[in-house]
Amino acid sequence: MIPLSWYLLVAAALFCIGLFGVLARKNVIGILMGIELMLNAVNINLLAFWSYLYSEQVNGLVFAAIVFAAAAAETAVGLGLVLSAYRRRGTVIADELDTMKG
Amino acid sequence: MSAAQVIFILVAAVTLFSAVMVVSVRRMMHAALWLIVTLLGVAVLFVLLQVGFFAVVQVLIYIGAIAILIIFAIMLTRQVMSENVPQLNRGWVAGLAAAGGLMVILALAFRDFPNVMDTRMGDPAAADAARLGLALSDPNGFAIPFEVASILLVAALIGTIYIALERKGGGQ
Repeated sequence: MIPLSWYLLVAAALFCIGLFGVLARKNVIGILMGIELMLNAVNINLLAFWSYLYSEQVNGLVFAAIVFAAAAAETAVGLGLVLSAYRRRGTVIADELDTMKG
Repeated sequence: MSAAQVIFILVAAVTLFSAVMVVSVRRMMHAALWLIVTLLGVAVLFVLLQVGFFAVVQVLIYIGAIAILIIFAIMLTRQVMSENVPQLNRGWVAGLAAAGGLMVILALAFRDFPNVMDTRMGDPAAADAARLGLALSDPNGFAIPFEVASILLVAALIGTIYIALERKGGGQ
């Protein structure tokens, strides 16, 4: 049997790797990939806690399903913004996208 | 050590290794392919958690939609960053310290975690999917959050089309 803490450790490691990607990547798409890793870690935690502790309720599954929908919306908006910024400024480097004027 | 534990350790090692490759590899296209490996590893972890429905959803939505979207975005914005320049910004050491520090804190917090064992071994996963579907369509359950999530998705996709639309005639 797999202890619950193993899932928590793997999810924590995945979250920290994603956090490093968000903090350290120059490319905006790389930052988005880091966010995907962090959302996946959150989903592992949600489903692990649900499966081990609260499997008679259905709340954990609903929460995980809504995290999926929010992640899909976030990626779509993020990539649309990246394409729009690339078309106007010709760059996808976060440091160079530093002005709010069009 | 049981077979499930060995499988878990192997899958976790592959998942974490490919996640490290996602954040460290030079070419963005390779990072996206490593991201697919990571997402597949997470799907296998879902199978080990006996939430097979979410493993299928993970493969369909994350690998089938999100990873493909990311690959499209990389292909549409190519040749912006030369692969010879460093891919990490100047503050990457601080980022590594923050991520490592958070990992240490979380590991210390989990050290004293009560060693709960799975009690629902043998439960049919199909029944969980059916319960989820009933809860999402029950007006006294989660029908309203579900509808709000779908409105969020539609609004986000319409907004994305508007933002990313190529305007004819150039200009702003």
